[in-house]
Amino acid sequence: MSGLEQLYQQVILDHARERHGEGLLDADPGAAMVGESFQVNPTCGDEVRLRVQLADAPDGGSPVIEHVSWDGVGCSISRASLSVLTDLVEKGSVRDADALSETFRALMSNRGAPLPLEQEETLGDAAVFVGVARFPARIKCALLGWMALRDAVAKALTGPTA
Amino acid sequence: MTTTTANPDVATSARERAAELARVRADFPLLTRQVNGHDLVYLDWGATSQKPECVIDAEQDFYLTANAAVHRGAHTLAAEATELFEDARRVVADFVGADDDEIVWTSNATAAINLVAYAMSNATAGRGGVAAQRFALASGDEIVVSELEHHANLVPWQELAARTGAVIRPLPATDEGRLDVGALETVVGERTRLVAVTHASNVTGAVTDVAAVVDRAHAVGALVVLDACQSVPHLGVDLHALDVDFAAFSGHKMLGPTGIGVLYGRRALLEALPPVTTGGSMVEVVTMTEATYLPPPQRFEAGTQMVAQTVGLRAAAQFLSDLGMDAVAAHEQELTAHLLAGIAQVPHVRVLGPTQAVDRLGVVAFEVDGVHPHDVGQVLDAAGVAVRVGHHCAQPIHRRLGVASSTRASVGVATTTAELDVFLDALAGVRAYFGLATS
Ligand SMILES: Cc1ncc(COP(=O)(O)O)c(C=O)c1O
Repeated sequence: MSGLEQLYQQVILDHARERHGEGLLDADPGAAMVGESFQVNPTCGDEVRLRVQLADAPDGGSPVIEHVSWDGVGCSISRASLSVLTDLVEKGSVRDADALSETFRALMSNRGAPLPLEQEETLGDAAVFVGVARFPARIKCALLGWMALRDAVAKALTGPTA
Repeated sequence: MTTTTANPDVATSARERAAELARVRADFPLLTRQVNGHDLVYLDWGATSQKPECVIDAEQDFYLTANAAVHRGAHTLAAEATELFEDARRVVADFVGADDDEIVWTSNATAAINLVAYAMSNATAGRGGVAAQRFALASGDEIVVSELEHHANLVPWQELAARTGAVIRPLPATDEGRLDVGALETVVGERTRLVAVTHASNVTGAVTDVAAVVDRAHAVGALVVLDACQSVPHLGVDLHALDVDFAAFSGHKMLGPTGIGVLYGRRALLEALPPVTTGGSMVEVVTMTEATYLPPPQRFEAGTQMVAQTVGLRAAAQFLSDLGMDAVAAHEQELTAHLLAGIAQVPHVRVLGPTQAVDRLGVVAFEVDGVHPHDVGQVLDAAGVAVRVGHHCAQPIHRRLGVASSTRASVGVATTTAELDVFLDALAGVRAYFGLATS
């Protein structure tokens, strides 16, 4: 595989074209745990605004991410990453999303090598971003959405946003 | 693109110019590199230039044979190093049409512009005595900054305004990406104290009508600060003829080393300007409570100086002088025309800036419809082509032209038409790579 194909795997190109979660959703009326984050990539001026709505877990455990939605200007890597992230964390627990986010960060620090199999399996489609870590200038693109997710969830958990 | 011609003189001169270009290129060792399995096509001269061997050698020779601190100490090496340091100043001054005591060494253009902005703050705080009061700002004074500026010629003025109560007034750009000269009359007025403009935009390539700016600014008693970063490496620049008050440029963009830049100031202004960075090498008499300062340029060169870099920059200025800036500008204009014509042939690509090679440098930013600049740059890089992506430290002009960022190809003295063709070929394939229509 050429360097370019390692970066732009088909799944990434597909997600960059058919984006999941794009278009900010209004929170449901009465939703208590809503958080929004705005992140920029200072090197290219890219922006993303991401919103989450959480709900208490029926079993009293980690809250559930009801909706993820986002809007932004960005490259194919950043938008595909947001799209994949939406698929992976929506309807899952905050705890699982945090774990996933940590694993994704580990993948981005791994210089293009895959993670151990049991970790890689948890990543689902996000594992195709493995090649991005070989392009230091693009790691920030892949992480932008994950940073926004972490920040939005933290805000949703700490209190109502104005 | 080949031109057939019946005139043997024209054919000969074209052949001579091709041979000359091949000689120039051979002076740049880095340009023989491979990138991603291809010959490097370096089209990021606007960000930083590659260096001819003579510049690299000059710096190395300095360390091998003459290294010493300058303007300190009386031993032979110190005297030789000081002579080289001051000789570099003479050569660089001459290269831009200035006198040598009007050239202040800084680390880069950004530092040069900040020097002026902080010196004006110091004057506002009463430093520099009566003579410096011409630089003092009062609440409501206006600093006019063009919308085409690099952040280096914008943010220091924002900070100066915030410290002094002055206000920033934007000088607009046209849809074509040129300075709107027609707006000078209304934007530059009684309260204007300073006008900051670029000689050539690092995004649109547009060359500014400096005379129009200077006329209007001087008519209202305002100072003109010219950002000459993009012009000095590519056009013959005569700062005295341009009649600007201050100017800044960077060595690394004009074939010189990093870590060296220039602040030009009209002699009378530098004499009245209070220092910013203080300490060793810029003082006359120091007691425990106060100090007196050397005349310019030393007043602005505190601390141990970047001597090797000045020697390298001298070699760069000499290299460009030997080529002749008219020849450099003519070569690059030809490249610019080729580049603009070639891009015009690629569907779904829009140039940000003038589309004709008139009053325009070979800094060509563009947008590819449907493909983000990062992705454009990545596909080009895979073909060995180095371009810049992003906002090129000039967000306002991007916003003005309706984009967040762009891809930018910029040429230099050693760029060839064949290189531009490699770039144009790769550019033509970008949309297809992302599954978009190419016609
Ligand atoms: C027009 C212009 N002004 C200012 C600068 C800043 O130069 P430096 O980063 O060398 O200080 C640049 C280069 O990036 C430029 O292109």
